[in-house]
Amino acid sequence: MSVSGVIARQFDRATLIAFGCVIVLLLIGAMVEPAFLSPKYLIQQLHTASFLGVVASGVMLVILLGHIDLSIPWTIGVGGMMATGATGFLGPELGITLAVPFGVLCGALIGTVNGLGVAYLRAPAMIFTLGMNAVAQGLMVYHTGGFAPQDRATEFMRELAVGHLIPGVPNPLLLWIILGAAIVFVLNRTVLGRRIYAVGNQERSVFLSGVDTRKVILICFIFSGACAALTGVLLAGWANRSYQAMGDPYLLPTIAAIILGGTNVLGGRGKYVGTIAGVILITILQSMLSVVQPQRYFAQLGVDIPADTFRQVVFGAVIIGMLLIYGRQQLVR
Amino acid sequence: MNVSSEPEGLVNRQKYFGWVGRLSAAQRGVLIAMLIFAAMFFVYGWKQAAGLTPNMLNTAANKGALLALVAMAQTLPVITRGLDLSVGATFVLSNCLASTIVVGGPMATTFGIFGVLLLGLACGAVNGVIIVYGRLQPLIATLATSAVYFGIALAVRPQPGGEVNFELADFMTRSTFAVPHTVLLLLAVVLFIWIPYRRSVLGRAAFAIGSSEQAAYMSGIPINRAKMLAYTLSGLLASIGGILLTALTYSGAAKMSIANEYTLNSIGAVVIGGTSLFGGVGSAVGSIFGAFVMRTVGDLLIVFDINPVLQPLFVGVVLLVAVSLGSLRILRIKNRLDIYR
Repeated sequence: MSVSGVIARQFDRATLIAFGCVIVLLLIGAMVEPAFLSPKYLIQQLHTASFLGVVASGVMLVILLGHIDLSIPWTIGVGGMMATGATGFLGPELGITLAVPFGVLCGALIGTVNGLGVAYLRAPAMIFTLGMNAVAQGLMVYHTGGFAPQDRATEFMRELAVGHLIPGVPNPLLLWIILGAAIVFVLNRTVLGRRIYAVGNQERSVFLSGVDTRKVILICFIFSGACAALTGVLLAGWANRSYQAMGDPYLLPTIAAIILGGTNVLGGRGKYVGTIAGVILITILQSMLSVVQPQRYFAQLGVDIPADTFRQVVFGAVIIGMLLIYGRQQLVR
Repeated sequence: MNVSSEPEGLVNRQKYFGWVGRLSAAQRGVLIAMLIFAAMFFVYGWKQAAGLTPNMLNTAANKGALLALVAMAQTLPVITRGLDLSVGATFVLSNCLASTIVVGGPMATTFGIFGVLLLGLACGAVNGVIIVYGRLQPLIATLATSAVYFGIALAVRPQPGGEVNFELADFMTRSTFAVPHTVLLLLAVVLFIWIPYRRSVLGRAAFAIGSSEQAAYMSGIPINRAKMLAYTLSGLLASIGGILLTALTYSGAAKMSIANEYTLNSIGAVVIGGTSLFGGVGSAVGSIFGAFVMRTVGDLLIVFDINPVLQPLFVGVVLLVAVSLGSLRILRIKNRLDIYR
C-alpha cells in the first residue's frame, strides 16, 4: 500500500470532526483574543496537551481492548509522588538518578495488578481499576501521612517537563511525539497491534486462533499504568513538586479525548491520530474557558457563579453533545 | 451459561444445602452480605469497651444509611447491566440544594423536599435519556453528567454552609426504642420504592435486560422505558440520600472528594450485596447490607487502632477481593472458551 494510502486511512470521520472542532474553537478564540493564533500560544497549548496526550496514549490501548482503566487519577499521583520521593526508597544518590524510572515503574506495577485482575481473574475492568485507584490512593495517603517524604522534583524531572532539547519544541511534546510514533508503529505494523484490535473485536476468536489473549491484555494495562505514571512525573516536574490529588482532574479529559477521537468504547476500533485530535481538542477547550471567562458576564448581571462551574458544566455538556453526534452505539436488534 | 446443566445443578443444591439451596442467586447474595455484616458488627461491638449503646448504634446506622441510599441508587442501573458514575454527584448536588431550600416552616420544608426529589428525578432522567435515546455508553455518559451535576452543585453552594429545617434534622438523627430513624427511612424506601419496582413490569424487564438485552428485545420487553425508569429512580434514591446528608450534617458542601467517595463505595456495596456486575441478578436490600459492611470496615479500623488514613486502602482492597471472588466461577466453567467473550 502506498504511503499516502496509509496516512489517509488514519483519518476517519471522527478524527476529521475533532480536528474541525479544534479549528473552529481557535477561530472563535481568535475573535475574542487575537493572541490565540500566535505560534507562542499554540506551542504552549501543545505543551499542556502533551501531559494529557501521554496518559491518553496508554489508556487508548486499554480501551481498544474493550476494557477501561479508571485507576489513572491515582496512578498519575503515584508516578509523581514516587518519583519525587525516590530518595526515601533508593537512597540520596540513586534516588536522584533513578527518580524517573522509579516513578514509571511504580505506575507499571499498578498496571500489572490491573492487568492480572482483568486478564487472569476476569474481573470487570471498570470495577477492578476503580478499586485499584482507591488502593493507590490509600497507599499514597499513607506514604505522606507516615513521614514527611521528599516532594520536590529533581533537576532532571524539571528539565524533562519544561526544558527544550530541540529549540522551540518543549520536551514533553517531544516525548509525546516519540511515544505516539511508537504506538502508531505498534498498532499498524506489529503482531501485537493486530492482536490488540482483534481482542477488542472478539476475544474468543483470537483465543481460538491460538493467541494467549491474557498476555495481550496484561501488556496493555502495564503500558497504561506506566504512561499514567510518566504523566505524573512530567506534572511533578512542571509544578516542581508532587501533591496528592494531582491526577484527579485527568480522568474525564483522558477518556473524553480518546472517545472524541473516534475510538469505540467497546473496543476494536480507533486510530491513534484520532486520540491526538481529541487531546488537542480537550486542551484547547479547557484553555478557551479560562481565557473567555464566562463567569465575568454573569457577574455583570449580578449572578455570582464560580469559574469551576463553567469548566465542569461546559466540559460535560460538550462531551455529551459531541458523542451524540458521532459516538452513538448500534441499536439492539 | 451452562443452561443445560441447570436443573441437575438445582437438584444437587437442594439435596446438599436444604432451603439455602433453593434460594435464588440474589437471595443468596443478600444472605451472605447479612452474615458478613453481622459478623463484622459483632466483632465491632465486642471490641468496643462500652459495648453497644443505643447512641453508638444510631451513629453507625446514620453513616451506613447514607451510603445505603446511594448504593441502592447504584443497584438499579447495574441490574440492567449498566453503571451510574454520577450517583455521587447527584447525591452532592441534592445535598447542596437541600441546604438551600429545605428551610423555614413545615410548608416550605415540604416543598423544599419535593424540590430536591424532583431534581434527583431530573438528574436520573437526563442520564436515562442520554443512555437510552442518545445510545451512549452508561460509563462515559454518567462520567460526563457527573461533571455537569457537580458544576451545578458548585454554583448552588460555592462555599460550604447553609442550613436545614431543624425539626427534620432532629427527627432524622434520633431513634425510637433504639431503632434509629434512618433505619426506618431505609425500610420505607425498600417498602415503597424497591418492592413495588421489583414487582412491576418495568422492574422485571430491567432484570431481563440485564440477563440478555437481545433476548429481552426479542420477547417484546419495553427496553427503553425499563432503562429510563431504572436511571430515573436511581437519581431519586441518590437525592433522598442527599437530603439525609443535609439533615445529618446540617449543612451542604460541594466537594468532589465526597462525590467520588460515595460513587466508589456504592459500587463496592453493590458488589458485596450480591448484585452481579454483569447484570440480571441483584437486590437493593443486598446493597443496603453491602453499604453497612463497607461502613463497618471503617469502624473496625478505628477499633483495632489502625491508622484511619488507611481507610481508602481497605475500601479498595475490599472491592478488589469482592470482585475477584466473582472470578471463582472460572473454576467451575467446564469449557474454557466460555471464559472469553
